[in-house]
Amino acid sequence: MNYNEERKRRKFYSIFILLVLLLIGTIFLSLSIGIIKLSPFDVIRTIFQQGTQMQELVLFDFRLPGILLALLIGAGLAVSGAILQGITQNELADPGILGINTGAGLAVVLFIYFFQDTFPVSGLLSTFVMPLFALIGALTAAIIIYALAWKKGVDSIRLILVGIGINAGFSALLVIFQLKMDPQNYRQATVWLTGDIWSANWNFVLALLPWLVLLIPIALHKASTLNVLRMGDDVASGLGSAVEKERRNLLLIAVALAGASVAAGGAIAFLGLVVPHITRKLIGPLHQYIIPISALIGAVLLIGADTIGKNILAPTEIPVGIIVSIISAPYFVYLLMKTK
Amino acid sequence: MLSTIIHSRKLKTLINVIAFILIVVAIGFSISFGAVDIEIKTVWQALFNFDSTITQHLVIQEHRLPRAISAALVGAFLAVSGALMQGMTRNPLASPSIMGVTDGAAFALVIALAFSPTVTGAGSTIASFIGAGIAVVIVFVIGTLSTGGLTPVKLALAGVAIGTMLRSISSMISLHFQLEKEMGFWLAGGLSGTDWDAVYILLISGLVGLILALSISKSITTLSLGDDVATGLGQNNFLIKFLSILAVLILTGAAVSIAGAVGFVGLIVPHIARFVMGTDYRWIIPSSAIFGALLLVLSDVASRMVNAPFETPVGAITSIIGVPFFLYLARKSGGTK
Repeated sequence: MNYNEERKRRKFYSIFILLVLLLIGTIFLSLSIGIIKLSPFDVIRTIFQQGTQMQELVLFDFRLPGILLALLIGAGLAVSGAILQGITQNELADPGILGINTGAGLAVVLFIYFFQDTFPVSGLLSTFVMPLFALIGALTAAIIIYALAWKKGVDSIRLILVGIGINAGFSALLVIFQLKMDPQNYRQATVWLTGDIWSANWNFVLALLPWLVLLIPIALHKASTLNVLRMGDDVASGLGSAVEKERRNLLLIAVALAGASVAAGGAIAFLGLVVPHITRKLIGPLHQYIIPISALIGAVLLIGADTIGKNILAPTEIPVGIIVSIISAPYFVYLLMKTK
Repeated sequence: MLSTIIHSRKLKTLINVIAFILIVVAIGFSISFGAVDIEIKTVWQALFNFDSTITQHLVIQEHRLPRAISAALVGAFLAVSGALMQGMTRNPLASPSIMGVTDGAAFALVIALAFSPTVTGAGSTIASFIGAGIAVVIVFVIGTLSTGGLTPVKLALAGVAIGTMLRSISSMISLHFQLEKEMGFWLAGGLSGTDWDAVYILLISGLVGLILALSISKSITTLSLGDDVATGLGQNNFLIKFLSILAVLILTGAAVSIAGAVGFVGLIVPHIARFVMGTDYRWIIPSSAIFGALLLVLSDVASRMVNAPFETPVGAITSIIGVPFFLYLARKSGGTK
């Protein structure tokens, strides 16, 4: 037993280190590829303040904030998905499919629509207020879905079906409000809804960072609860866990993570679904390992997808959400075919 | 169930006739309502006593009449497609939009537009048939290959996944070829650009598709009892399924190429038709057509009223009507399977 745990921990650390290296590699690659190419050597030189002024501008003002945002969003969505899959005991749960992303999106679009004069969208204040609005939207969606799926307890299949329905309803409302906007806000809302790291600047990085720094450690702290919950409600209450209360708290964390990520990155679908699966395949069912590894894989995947989106059809920039969908929808279908 | 009360054929026929008259009334209302309201009297004159020197008559003949007729036909086609799919798969959630068929059609349309920007009318309809076909094949292959068959939930999820993926690829192509506006139109669904050409395309495909659907309606009833029962009764299930998929493709393809992705009509209407008409698809299919036509003509009017003078995509209206219904179905059947 002890030996087994030791081996698992060793495996976890080696995968962790490998992923960190992979993350650094992806970041370097992403920093150097683009319309203005920089060699890895240039990148290193610029980081140590030895580059030309133009190189500094490209690196620090354009690419680096975008990459850091992708890192945070990827990690946030992946951890959110891992928690949701744990508490619903359903391998197909994900903030996108459950309609939480669309809820956050609707709140942000309403915010742009009603307060565009009070807070200019590009302004500093709205950068920090918008995640809050997204959070409220995500939370509202989660509450509605939970309430509608409630019929003597929450059945996980019903939860997903209700989520699909709520998703469609919110999307329709979104379209109606979007069409009432002026063209510039309309465009912004459209790009935003397909999932795009749209205004990659340092303010957004700073607005998102506290959420993740706060919430991921809390999630990690709750890992053992998640392990128990995942065994099913009966086992969990048998082991003395206050099932509904714990589930609500964890749901709150997942929703907050998804809401904050969506506020900065738009409605990126499937990421929160696929990453926890890959992670479980790699490391097994223990959440104290799943959460950090999911965060890393999510970050690598989103930075990679963002880089592909920016370069594959250059000069057209493809929103990162589209790339993520194209990569992960087939994997989702594969999972669907395997589950009963 | 209402259908247990309605035994007599006469009563069923009467309901259908009343619904049909309501369609005519709704079309009249749809024509008279618009940016400039036109009196019903003028509408009557424009139809039966046309005078090309009067602007209002021209507006009616060239824009409002084809639009209203297209709305009725598209609604009928989507509803019949939904009825066929639900009967064939015995799945209450089966419908063109849930199964990604509409996304498939929109996908092929965007590709057609990207590589040949002048494509119109018949060309785009054919493209949309092909796209709808691709999506159906993918979803059914997933169903056949997956362990435990295609349950309602799996069907809905597979549809969401395939739909999202096809839409993503369409967005990518449309962004590159700067077709966002056309793409947006198809994804949202709308009838604002319809003219007589659209009506002709719909009529031709409708004639083929609806006759096909009606001619297999008896076999669909048998099929809805289950594959085994149908085989036991000596029915060639494969042939019937093939024919009904063909009808779905023709009807949905034509509808999407004219009106874009109008969701939920194909999901709700067959349920209402079954509720009123019972289990016999010889009644369900014609009723679906009539109820679907009525629903979409009214939704089209609503889409012009919600945010006048601007139009709201009709797909948004049908979604808002359809979502509560979908939620009801999800609550009802979601936990049992």
